[in-house]
Amino acid sequence: MEAALRLAHLYPKLMNLYGDRGNILSLRRRCQQRGIALTVDELELGEPLDPAAYDLVFIGGAQDREQRRVAADLLGTKAEALHQAVEQGVVLLAVCGGYQLLGRYYRPAAGEELAGVGIFDAWTVHPGPTARRFIGNVVVRWQGGTLVGFENHGGRTYLGPSARPFATVIAGFGNNGDDGSEGVVQGENAFGTYLHGSLLPKNPRFADHLIAQALRRRYGEAELAPLDDALEQRAHVEAVRLAKKRSIFGRR
Amino acid sequence: MGAVLGLRTAAAVTTAKVVAALSRRLGFGGGTALPGLVADAVAPGLATRLAARLGHGCVLITGTNGKTTTARLARNIAQAAGYRPVHNHSGSNLMRGITACLIEAADARGQLPQPEQRLGIFEVDEATLPEAAAALSPRVVAFTNLFRDQLDRYGEVDSVAALWRPAVASLPSTTTVVLNADDPGVAGLADACRGPVLFYAVSDPSCAVDQIEHAADARWCLSCGREYSYSAVFYGHVGHWVCPGCGRARPAADIEATRVEQSPDRPLGLALSTPSGQFDLALPLMGLYNVYNALAAVSVAVALGVPAEAIRTGVASFTAAFGRQERMTVRGREVQTILAKNPAGLNQVLRAISAEEGPKNLLFLLNDDIADGRDVSWIWDVDFEMLAGQAALLLASGRRAADMALRLKYADIDATPAIEEDTEAALEMALALTPEGERLYVIPTYTAMLRVRKLLARWGRRPPFWKEA
Repeated sequence: MEAALRLAHLYPKLMNLYGDRGNILSLRRRCQQRGIALTVDELELGEPLDPAAYDLVFIGGAQDREQRRVAADLLGTKAEALHQAVEQGVVLLAVCGGYQLLGRYYRPAAGEELAGVGIFDAWTVHPGPTARRFIGNVVVRWQGGTLVGFENHGGRTYLGPSARPFATVIAGFGNNGDDGSEGVVQGENAFGTYLHGSLLPKNPRFADHLIAQALRRRYGEAELAPLDDALEQRAHVEAVRLAKKRSIFGRR
Repeated sequence: MGAVLGLRTAAAVTTAKVVAALSRRLGFGGGTALPGLVADAVAPGLATRLAARLGHGCVLITGTNGKTTTARLARNIAQAAGYRPVHNHSGSNLMRGITACLIEAADARGQLPQPEQRLGIFEVDEATLPEAAAALSPRVVAFTNLFRDQLDRYGEVDSVAALWRPAVASLPSTTTVVLNADDPGVAGLADACRGPVLFYAVSDPSCAVDQIEHAADARWCLSCGREYSYSAVFYGHVGHWVCPGCGRARPAADIEATRVEQSPDRPLGLALSTPSGQFDLALPLMGLYNVYNALAAVSVAVALGVPAEAIRTGVASFTAAFGRQERMTVRGREVQTILAKNPAGLNQVLRAISAEEGPKNLLFLLNDDIADGRDVSWIWDVDFEMLAGQAALLLASGRRAADMALRLKYADIDATPAIEEDTEAALEMALALTPEGERLYVIPTYTAMLRVRKLLARWGRRPPFWKEA
């Protein structure tokens, strides 16, 4: 199949604190090895998003100071286009801070509440500077098996009635440390999650799920040739083992 | 009251010394932290009282990267200038480590021999700086740089900056603060300083890189939030910066490297301009980040009034902190160990290695203990891609060896990464696969370094670090 996909990476300079760039490296390589030409456009502050131009959209995490600036820019220059894109089936992956900002609102530990884009029927509340931060290895189960990553967030996220959890926590905290949910899926094509790690390199099945979804939408079909994922699987299994071991012996 | 306090100090020092000896005897470690903890329980405030007996006061050195190297350089310079430094050379840089090191220098009555020659030189953990600055009344506080490091421990980069600012603001106006003018996050601390400030910087434009690294964190103006504009980027977010929004800009430097000569297998050559005059330095280290470490150490010396000649002698006598950047010969291979624990640091190490000649044999050791940072996501922000076409051997080890190997795979560096989780087996394998006469680069995170260091000390001998120096 002679296929080409286009990905918008939102705020790679601002939302780059936790190695989330690895997700782009994973998508790029997994496409390349199957002869799919993946073009990545980096969109920063003030740069508009063309909702018709992209098959995939990615946004990573950052600290509160950067999130404040990104929140304003999202609402000012990208919110409408994001809504249109997701309605048209563009595949969206938002990690940590990006996940929070695409919900209804984010109430930080200090300062004013940030209005969110509202892609996800979810909201996030930071219970204050003295509250426990959710830090550690995390293992969850989604429809395609286990996912492993690292979470590091103070905010607690809660889902509204039109959203469903992306995954169930096996070890770690997930959305709020309370209800066992991790992340969000809105419709079939918009995903929010707290998993850094980076997420996609160690979870190649989910990476391929995103690529396949984008291909199906554009070309009506998606045949992904299997790749040699021995190293990916080994890193996955090792990380799952470590996360489970540490959760048995108590966190840190 | 004074006599009681004195007795209590002596009792605490004696107890701590016994604990240190026991700790070493029982094989618990070098006795670099436990005695400090014990002493503080017996006599709270012991560090403050012992530090007050240092005839020349003390210097604190903090920052994300380069603390240990900067402190060691400063120590050597101080020795050359005739001081008898008290220095936490083991790298134990929390309050208990500093206390332990003061106890070790004291006699059983809690007195320091030759107190009039004593100068404290302490590297201090970033988050410990406020406590150390309040307890030790430093003469000089030097900052190296501010990068993301151990986000699982510190939370966010901004939280470290938020700790430093009030600590600097509460220093007395007699304390000199030494700041890196090229790192906007560090240079900005000058606003909070009440006393004299010394800025250091690199001004040689030939050190600049074409492209800003993926790991550059602090690219946004502290005052107005606009993205800094750079006429030269040296590494990470370090360079010649100006804010196009509010005009905040890199301050003029007092201590400046006007020329930096980097050539393979040679010491770094520096031409320095300082308030004590212009002079050249030969620095037996590699990488531009070490130029900044040297500048910080020279600035400390300038703040103390050390003459240029002693600075040169001190730097020339330098050997790298064991395991941090050190060469030794093991089984006919030259082994160079370089600590790297965050994206900015590892990018600098890779850049320096890339500048050396010939194919590279590389062993990366990635651990995820608390001292390394639990989160290994950071390796995805390191530009391993610059090794493309250069690696002859790629071996990943440590508890997160598979993560490291996966990162290397996605960097498309021709050689296929091999995995050996066990440190000792990995070192054996790397030595066997490195052709005799070639160099093996061993690049560990912090806890992996401790293990590597023990093994190499057992197997190898330490030749003179640089024949030239």
